[in-house]
Amino acid sequence: MPLAPVLTKRFGTDQPWKIENYERLDGYAGLKKALTLKPEDIVGLVKDSNLRGRGGAGFPTGMKWSFVAEPKGVPQGDRYVVVNADEGEPGTCRDLPLMMNDPHSMVEGIIIACYAIKSSHGFVYIRGEAIHAIRRVTAAVEEARAKGYLGKNILGSGFDCEITVHAGAGAYICGEETALLDSLEGRRGQPRLKPPFPATNGLYDKPTTVNNVGTLASVPYIVLGGAEWFKGIGPEGSPGPCIYSLSGRVKQPGQYEAPMGTTLRELLDLAGGMSRGKNIKFWTPGGSSTPMFTAEHLDVPLDFDAAAKAGSMNGTSAVMIFDEDDCVVRATKKWIEFYKHESCGKCTPCREGTYWLNGIYQRLEAGTGTAEDLEKLLDISDNILGRSFCALGDGATSSITSSINFFREEYEAHLDGRGCPFPGARVLAGAH
Amino acid sequence: MSEVQDFDGPEPYFRTSVIQLDRPGDPSVFPPETHADAQAIIARYPEGQARSALLPMLHLVQSIQSYITPDGIAFCSDHTGLTKAQVAAVATFYTMYKRKPTGDYLVSVCTNTLCGMLGGDEIFAALKEQIGVGNSGGTPGSGGIAADGKITLEHAECLAACDYAPVVTVNYEFFDNQTVGSARSLVSELQSGASPQPSRGGSLCSFKQIERQIAGFFDAETLAPEAVSAGLPTEIGVNLAVERGESAPGYPMEGGK
Repeated sequence: MPLAPVLTKRFGTDQPWKIENYERLDGYAGLKKALTLKPEDIVGLVKDSNLRGRGGAGFPTGMKWSFVAEPKGVPQGDRYVVVNADEGEPGTCRDLPLMMNDPHSMVEGIIIACYAIKSSHGFVYIRGEAIHAIRRVTAAVEEARAKGYLGKNILGSGFDCEITVHAGAGAYICGEETALLDSLEGRRGQPRLKPPFPATNGLYDKPTTVNNVGTLASVPYIVLGGAEWFKGIGPEGSPGPCIYSLSGRVKQPGQYEAPMGTTLRELLDLAGGMSRGKNIKFWTPGGSSTPMFTAEHLDVPLDFDAAAKAGSMNGTSAVMIFDEDDCVVRATKKWIEFYKHESCGKCTPCREGTYWLNGIYQRLEAGTGTAEDLEKLLDISDNILGRSFCALGDGATSSITSSINFFREEYEAHLDGRGCPFPGARVLAGAH
Repeated sequence: MSEVQDFDGPEPYFRTSVIQLDRPGDPSVFPPETHADAQAIIARYPEGQARSALLPMLHLVQSIQSYITPDGIAFCSDHTGLTKAQVAAVATFYTMYKRKPTGDYLVSVCTNTLCGMLGGDEIFAALKEQIGVGNSGGTPGSGGIAADGKITLEHAECLAACDYAPVVTVNYEFFDNQTVGSARSLVSELQSGASPQPSRGGSLCSFKQIERQIAGFFDAETLAPEAVSAGLPTEIGVNLAVERGESAPGYPMEGGK
């Protein structure tokens, strides 16, 4: 499938983050058009385009917006648009480059979203470590305000809108939308029990839509090109372009924007193949929380429906690629260390489960693991999956169950005093 | 940051346990302009929602003190109207709020799966030795602060730059595609007082200065409008599309324009 840059089309042009350059390349034309439409028509347009959330879950954006716009008698100011820019899922490296290079497309998308759901205040929650992106978005908001795209009576339409840029403080869990809202309210970032959903009881208990950076950045193009144009890219069930972020054992890692439904075989071809001349062994289609795939899955179309049908998820389209010299137990162990550290501690199955999983992986790598440990990994995973407020714990189990499913022999090679058979990992276990 | 430790060993950084609240804390140690800054943060949020200012405000106190002290907690409590216990509960939840004094440079090495397996683990081990923090702070896996207080080393979870792996950040500014050799030179430069240029983003400043930026305070210079945004991986796809003459379909004529 050919490349289809839409969200990345300005990358590589002259300082695309500056407003005059953005405007020269269609920038804010979508907003101008949107302000001539009725808010409900924009919600309808986004619904018709079948845009699905780029943050990982793939929920239809137009439907989400319609829930927020629905409650009657809510004053204009009492609805909120919140951008989830807390990118931190291992492997995911798409939203930060987007905000670094083309922050105005997201800002324009926020303003259109606010207009569509009758809000007048958008918040961008950016992970605190991403200071480079915080600077770019802050500058973009200031530029947009100076040009009259933000503030009172935008472009003479009578519509008011403000954007607040908010930095997080280093917690992966805040990428979960209700934890993000708690964090934005100045609390510990811990997920809320749902329902009620943010659409009715979100930020400050007001109707709120929480959307990913890439989702909102897609909106100006949909307003300009129309629903049919957007649906003309990629498969019917999950249309549009997708930024695939390739990393790992690949010759040229990076951001490749192609229609949804592109396969890894096609992406590898674009990226020049494997970096060490070794065969591919395992890979994630959408970040560490999506069950891993193997060489058998090179021809699975990477979109929300086809990836799910093949047993995984398109997730954040973060494709981490590992070759036959990489130990799958070591990779999974490091992911589990991550989930253990990032579990917020609210729900017992996740808090305790990730702790015990981590302990077993330490044993496996050191060579003190036993055959029962493998069954215990599966048993604990089974007891975490679906038993917590949010999907963090579920994500932790994905790499475990999928790696044991595909590479049980490799786990067994670690048992009974042998430890990691890959020499590099053994040295490093000692180094810690 | 994640601690790699013996499974049966102690849990020295248990999340909720380590802010020294051995004294009430004194907000007056912060200069008047910092108090004004705290009010400016509150003004960014809707009326009556001062609590939303807490995360940026904790970054603000680190821009003065380099870590969270009882003074910082009392300061945030005064400005937001929260109790000190509520502020401490939040401060101990997030990784970026430090429990001990932080050096002028916070060096973070990504050791999550992707970066770690591409060399991040070796880089972290090498820097621990070079900075001399290998045995400080308790656990074998943790970083720590150098004896002269200049550099704090930590290992970081995924920094969302996997296409530039392995990455190291200094005060959260990215140094891409590192090796043991390049990371060692980077640290040597920091030790010698030089200011190496990050791969993307602005120029290097001190930890306290970057915390002020994270709190949302910029001037024309710190916004770094001319700073480089991208390296090859960011632009590879779009460059390739141009080279191959490929593009997304154009908008329909009766559509947008």
